[in-house]
Amino acid sequence: MHVLYMVLIDPFVQMVSAPDLFIQTIWEGLVAGVLYALIALGFVLIFKASGVFNFAQGMMVVFAGLTLIAFQDMGLPAIVALAASIGVMYLLAFSIERVVLRPLVNQPDIILFMATFGITYLLIGFGEMIFGGEPKEVNTKAFWLPQGSIEFPVLGGFVQMQKIDIAAAIIAGLMIAALAFFFQKTRIGRALRAVADSHKAALSVGISLNQIWVIVWFAAGIVALVAGIMWGARSNVSFALQVVALKALPVLILGGFTSIPGAIIGGLIIGVGEKLGEFYWGPLMGGGIESWLAYFIALGFLLFRPQGLFGDKIIERI
Amino acid sequence: MKFRHFALGAAAAVLAGATTLPVQAQDTIYVPLLTYRTGPFANSGIPIADGMHDYLRMLNERDGGIGGAKIVIEECETGYDTKKGIECYESTKGKNPVVYNPYSTGITLQMIPKASADKIPVLSMAYGLSASANGNTFPWIFNPPATYWDGASAFVRHVAEQSGGFDKLKGKKLGLIHLDAPFGKEPIALLEALSKKYGFELKLYPVAASDMQNQGSVWLNIRRDRPDWIYNQGWGAMNPTAVKEAAKNNFPMDRLVGVWWAGGDDDARGGGDAAKGYKSLNFHAAGTNFPVIQDIQKHVVDKGLSKAPKDKVGENLYNRGVYNSMLIAEAVRNAQKITGKKAITAEDMRKGLESLNITDARLKEIGMDGFAAPLKLTCEDHNGHNKIYVAQWDGTKWVKGSEWMEPLTADVMPLLNAAAEDYAKANNWPARTEACQKGS
Repeated sequence: MHVLYMVLIDPFVQMVSAPDLFIQTIWEGLVAGVLYALIALGFVLIFKASGVFNFAQGMMVVFAGLTLIAFQDMGLPAIVALAASIGVMYLLAFSIERVVLRPLVNQPDIILFMATFGITYLLIGFGEMIFGGEPKEVNTKAFWLPQGSIEFPVLGGFVQMQKIDIAAAIIAGLMIAALAFFFQKTRIGRALRAVADSHKAALSVGISLNQIWVIVWFAAGIVALVAGIMWGARSNVSFALQVVALKALPVLILGGFTSIPGAIIGGLIIGVGEKLGEFYWGPLMGGGIESWLAYFIALGFLLFRPQGLFGDKIIERI
Repeated sequence: MKFRHFALGAAAAVLAGATTLPVQAQDTIYVPLLTYRTGPFANSGIPIADGMHDYLRMLNERDGGIGGAKIVIEECETGYDTKKGIECYESTKGKNPVVYNPYSTGITLQMIPKASADKIPVLSMAYGLSASANGNTFPWIFNPPATYWDGASAFVRHVAEQSGGFDKLKGKKLGLIHLDAPFGKEPIALLEALSKKYGFELKLYPVAASDMQNQGSVWLNIRRDRPDWIYNQGWGAMNPTAVKEAAKNNFPMDRLVGVWWAGGDDDARGGGDAAKGYKSLNFHAAGTNFPVIQDIQKHVVDKGLSKAPKDKVGENLYNRGVYNSMLIAEAVRNAQKITGKKAITAEDMRKGLESLNITDARLKEIGMDGFAAPLKLTCEDHNGHNKIYVAQWDGTKWVKGSEWMEPLTADVMPLLNAAAEDYAKANNWPARTEACQKGS
C-alpha cells in the first residue's frame, strides 16, 4: 500500500506542494529537450535525404564544437572562427560524400549505417589527436551569449532560468524555422525532399544525388555546430558529449526519423519526461533513472505508434 | 664505395646491437602504465598519465634509472574501459612487468584475481577495492596512501570539525553525488555505516556515465533535499559539470567536497569565478615549488620529452601522477635493497612494496619535502591509511584548506577487515602463502 502511495500519489502531492520545483523541473526538461531536438535534427536531415542513420551525428557535435574553440584559441575573432568552423564542416561533408558515401552507392542501408560507425571512430581519433582529450570551454562572451540567471518568485519559492538556456531555446527555434523555410521554399530544399521521397525519381529529373548528399551532410554539420556551442556553453565541450548526443535516439523513435517537427516535439517530450521521472520517481528507485527512462518512454510510444509521432506510415503491398 | 660504407655501417650496428642487447635485458625494469588519454574521462586521465610518465622518465634521464637499472616505460591506452584495460594486462604480462597501475577501479576489480594468480603486484594508488588494503587477504594488491573509505571518513571528519564536533553531525543531511560505476559507489557502504553511528542522514545522487554532462535533474534533487554538505565522488567530465551546476544552483561552494580524484585544476576551472571555495581531499601538494618537479622540468619537459604542456606541469592531477610513480620507484629501490638485484622481478617488487617505508627524511632526499606525508606499509596493511588534507580552489589554483587530518581509522578498519573477509568467502579466495618480508 505504501509503495502504491509513493508511486501513484506522493509525486503529485509534491508537485502541488512545491510548485516552484515543479515549474523548475519542467523548464530544465524543456531546455534539455531543445538540445536533444537540435541533435536529433541532424539525424533527421541525413535520414530524410539518404535513408542513412548517421551514428556519427553525436561525434559531429563534439567535433564541430572543438573546431570552433580551437579557432578561437588561435586568436581568430568569433565571427571568423565561426565562418572557419562552418568551412571545416563543409569540408567534412564533402569528404564524407566523396570517400564514404559515393563508393557505397546502391549498397544496403546497413552498410551505410556501419560506415557511419567508421566515421565516428575516425572523428574521435582524429579529434583527440588534434584537440587533445581535455574538455574545452566555449567563450560565450565572444558570441554575445548572455550569462547569469534570472529568478522570479513562484508561490513561496523561486524559479531560476539561466540566460544561456533561454538563448539556446531561441536559437534552436530560429534554426528550426530556417530549416523549415529551406526545405519548403528553396529549390535545393525541394530537391532534398524529392531525394527523400525517391532516389530514382529524383535522379530521373536531373537532381544530383551526390550534390544533395554534400548539402545535407553540411546542413547536419551546421546543426551540429550550433548544438555543440549551446551544449558546450552549458557545461563544456568534451568527448563525453557524444554519449549525451545518443539521447537523440529515443527522440527519433518518438518523433519519427523523417520528421523535423517530430524531432522538436519528441525532444521536448523526452526532455520533460526524463526530468520529471528522475525528480519525482527517481528517488524511489535509488536515482539515476533518466539514463534509461528516455528509452522506456520511447518504447512505450512504439507500442502504439511504431512509426513515431510524426513519422511516415510505411505500407508495403505483398 | 657507398655500398661498402653502408654494409660496414650496417654490420657495425648489428654487432653493437648484439653486444648491448644482453646488458639491456639484464638491467631494465619493465613498468607498464595503463593510462587513458582518450575517451570521456581523458580530461582526468591525461595529467595523471603525464605525471606518471615524466617522473619515471626523469629518473632515467637524471640518474640513469633506479639503482643502475633503466626503467622501460610502456603506456597502454585503456580509455577507462575495463575490457580494454584487461586487454592491456594480458598483452603486457608476458614482458615481465614488476607492477601494474590499472588506473580505474573497474579494471582493478577485474585485475585483482588475475594478477594475484599470475603473482604480479597491483598498485591501485588511492583507488580500487578499499578492502584490498588488507594484506593478509590480498598479498599482491596495494592501494596506498588512503582508501576511498578513508577519504569518505575524512570528509565526515571535516564536516564535524567545521560544525563544531562529531555530536553536531546528528540531524545533518550529507549528500553523496557519485558516478554510477564501481568507483563512484565505493564509499557508500562506509558512509552508510557512519550515518548510523553519528546520526546524520545520507542522501545519494548517482550520475550515470551517459549523463555526466547532463546533471540538471540531479541538482534539482539536491535543491529539493537541501543537504548541508555534499561529497563528490566524481571523475572525468562529471566533475567540471558538477562544479558548474553547484554554482548555478547557489549551493555553497565551500560545502562541496570532492574526493581526491575530483580535484583536477580543470574540474574547478570549469566553474569559473563561482567555483572559488570548492574543496577536494588531497594527500600531496600541488604546484611546482618542489625540487622533484623542478628536476622534471629540467630533465624532461625542457628537453621536449614530455607530452604535458609546460603550464600543466605542477597542476594537482599531474602531481598525483608524480606521486604514484614515486611510490613505484621507491618500492623498486626497496626491492633492490632487499634482494641485491638490479633487475628485480614481480615477486621482489611485492616484497619491496610490502616493506615500503618512506620517511620525512627520504621525502627530503628525493625532492619531496612537504610534498606528501610519510608512508609505511606492512604485510598486514597495504594502504597506510595516511593523513589527508582538504585542498581549496582559490579561483586560479589549489591551496591548502585544512591541516593534515587522520581518517576515522577506528571506524574504517573493522568494516574494511570484514569486507576483506566477505570478499574471500564469496570468491573462494586462497589463504595467503607468501612469507612476510623480514623487517616489515
